[in-house]
Amino acid sequence: MPPRLELSGINKAYPGVIANDNISFSVQPGEIHAVLGENGAGKSTLMKIIYGAISADSGEIRCDGKLIKEHGPAVSRGLGIEMVYQHFALFESISVVENIALSMPDRMNLPALSAEVRTISKKYGLPIDPNALVLSLSMGERQRVEIVRCLLRNPKLLILDEPTSVLTPQAVQILFETLRQLAQEGCSILYISHKLDEVRTLCHTATVLRGGHVTGRVDPSAASASKLARLMVGHELEEVSRPATQKSKKPLFEVRELRLAAANAMDTALQNLNMEVFGGEIVGIAGVAGNGQNELAAAMSGETVNSDPDAILLESRPVAHLDAGQRRDLGFGFIPEERLGRGAIPPYPLSENALLTAHRQGMTTLGFTKRHRAKDFAAQVIRRFRVKANGPDSIASGLSGGNLQKFIVGREIHLSPKVLLVSQPTWGVDVGAAAYIRQTLIDLSRSGKAVIVISEEVEELFEVCDRLYVMSDGKLSQSIDRKTANIEDIGLLMTSGAEYDYRETNIA
Amino acid sequence: MDLFISIFTATVIAATPLIFAALGELIVEKSGVLNLGIEGMMLMGAVFGVWAHFSGMPMTLAILIAIVAGALSSLVFGILALTFMANQYAAGLALAIFGGGVSAFIGRGFGSTPVDAVQPIKIPWLSDLPFLGPLLFQFDPLVYLSLILFVAVSWFLYKSKAGLALRAIGESPESAHAVGYPVIMIRYVAVLFGGAMAGLGGAYLSLVYTPLWVENMTAGRGWIALALVVFAAWRPIRVLLGAWLFGGMTILQLQGQAIGLKIPTELLSALPYIATIVVLVLISRNRMAMVLDFPASLAKPFRPSS
Repeated sequence: MPPRLELSGINKAYPGVIANDNISFSVQPGEIHAVLGENGAGKSTLMKIIYGAISADSGEIRCDGKLIKEHGPAVSRGLGIEMVYQHFALFESISVVENIALSMPDRMNLPALSAEVRTISKKYGLPIDPNALVLSLSMGERQRVEIVRCLLRNPKLLILDEPTSVLTPQAVQILFETLRQLAQEGCSILYISHKLDEVRTLCHTATVLRGGHVTGRVDPSAASASKLARLMVGHELEEVSRPATQKSKKPLFEVRELRLAAANAMDTALQNLNMEVFGGEIVGIAGVAGNGQNELAAAMSGETVNSDPDAILLESRPVAHLDAGQRRDLGFGFIPEERLGRGAIPPYPLSENALLTAHRQGMTTLGFTKRHRAKDFAAQVIRRFRVKANGPDSIASGLSGGNLQKFIVGREIHLSPKVLLVSQPTWGVDVGAAAYIRQTLIDLSRSGKAVIVISEEVEELFEVCDRLYVMSDGKLSQSIDRKTANIEDIGLLMTSGAEYDYRETNIA
Repeated sequence: MDLFISIFTATVIAATPLIFAALGELIVEKSGVLNLGIEGMMLMGAVFGVWAHFSGMPMTLAILIAIVAGALSSLVFGILALTFMANQYAAGLALAIFGGGVSAFIGRGFGSTPVDAVQPIKIPWLSDLPFLGPLLFQFDPLVYLSLILFVAVSWFLYKSKAGLALRAIGESPESAHAVGYPVIMIRYVAVLFGGAMAGLGGAYLSLVYTPLWVENMTAGRGWIALALVVFAAWRPIRVLLGAWLFGGMTILQLQGQAIGLKIPTELLSALPYIATIVVLVLISRNRMAMVLDFPASLAKPFRPSS
């Protein structure tokens, strides 16, 4: 039997970058094949070439032994190749079944399609309500909609691009069950990821990419994690070290019975939150996206001002009524999750981006900026935090995600805040830069500062934090010591507050 | 009683050009495109309708010519905004001014020669009913056409797959492109439909309502139609009701002094815009309504990735 998919000598170059360099591999029917690599290794480009969304400069793609000559998404669908994008292609303002109808070739018959959706979702253990509006769905549910949408077309090859980044640990297990079941039925799966553990538990074979070319073909369950990491990164990963610490006597930052009504139907109300963070420790806030983390971050940073000053204390001083700038004046630092647009202004040079928060350090007189001071500051940050950039005049949007994040984290740390709040510190950041950023945060806490990390990646929180809180449905759990906690329990806490998840498993 | 009938029928007639133009703009905006040039397209429809009529064409053909004139002028906007991805506000404003100028140029010779207006139709039996006859069944055919078009547009948007796709494109052209819809082409069709409807609205003014050609005879109705779509929060039924409401205000302006109303007419003519701003503020506060009905990609140029 010919392989389901066979790539030979795929090349794709963009100005200045070789995205794919002579890539060849094949996928058998029923095989779960991992494509492993860091951000920027060329995985997504390759998947888009396979799907036909972009075309290769040279190389051949064969499906079931037949050469694909004129490629395109429509050709892929004809051949049974389906793709679940990392950023879902769903419309929020219409229902699940209407979304699915839009990608089906037939005339629209919503009741019949709803029945089909129910059948498929029952068969593969992917509960979804066909009549729900997409905007009311969690990220995990949206992904199920995408997968069901693909399954309705009886795929022979399913491509999943970083599918677990938005899922709870439990939802990941459910997804894996579904994928195994599909593979047993003969569907081939291309699984793109940078997460070693997942690839090792799920996939039959792995092709590792680095800098656009194949650096290894391995059996992931047999290969050691450090070997895979070496193939991916090119060198041994530095272990993040977390030295022992001395906690301050008094908490540096406290949240006291913080309440916040939801501003509108899309927001989560915060219900009576309590939290304290001492100098010398890193505290994590775990949770699935949309459970109130954004609202809490805004309340802590001062983007949302609270009428009760005592709801938030900075060094025992009430600050909840102060705005973000006033809190920064008192030594609070904040790194938002959106690098471009909120953490930095994309078309501005790094020096002017430094000015955004560092203007407090004598960079202005009478409202005029002192450009050389800003430049010096940016240059110091670039040196101290090993940012790969052409000096302080480089444009922020020209930096890679990892390097810009290093710059933003560095800018805030260079201001020596007493308390630093970081939201999703390593989103879309490559493995090497992520390890560096995590180490930097740990080092900051070890110098006696308080660090708060909000993250959807539980593994990341386990790696850096001393203590954890879990956020679910606008409520915070008790403080959990990392040493005694395990990932499964945290995963349960992440969903326990949301009755919705219990209910949805009973649908169909 | 006769006064009520005359105010009611005058309101419906005053609302009809607004219904045409606003239903067209509704479809355009639902696809994520903002065409501010309705005023210009209406004037083009109005002047070409009169031109065709004076050239001796039958009334039906004159109206068709006006529709084509409106659609062709919207094509100017379409090419700028969709193919060349120009700023939609600028392109739309340019069309409004362009339409005003070109229509004045074409209409130079038409003086104020009256047009043999489209006449009300006689519906057997119904038109002769007491009270209901003059109230509902003695309009010109285009009034009934506006109602048919309202039903058609509502059905298209909420019952047909093409309408679903149009709304989807208006929310996220990127996703629609990923699913495989020809975003730019569908937006062109929407823009052309909007132009055709504005042309029809203009023809209604010059061939039925006024009926003659006067420079800038739309007198701001294109802008009111634009405001109406916002006022309606992008729902067809509210476009219809809003058009009657705004039409009623126009009639109040005209008849206000006659019936002894002491409100200055300037204030009355400002009312549609004030109402629109109030509605805009109210719905902006309700994110749910915004997500469901507001075309999220409105006025943002779409550039397909390669």
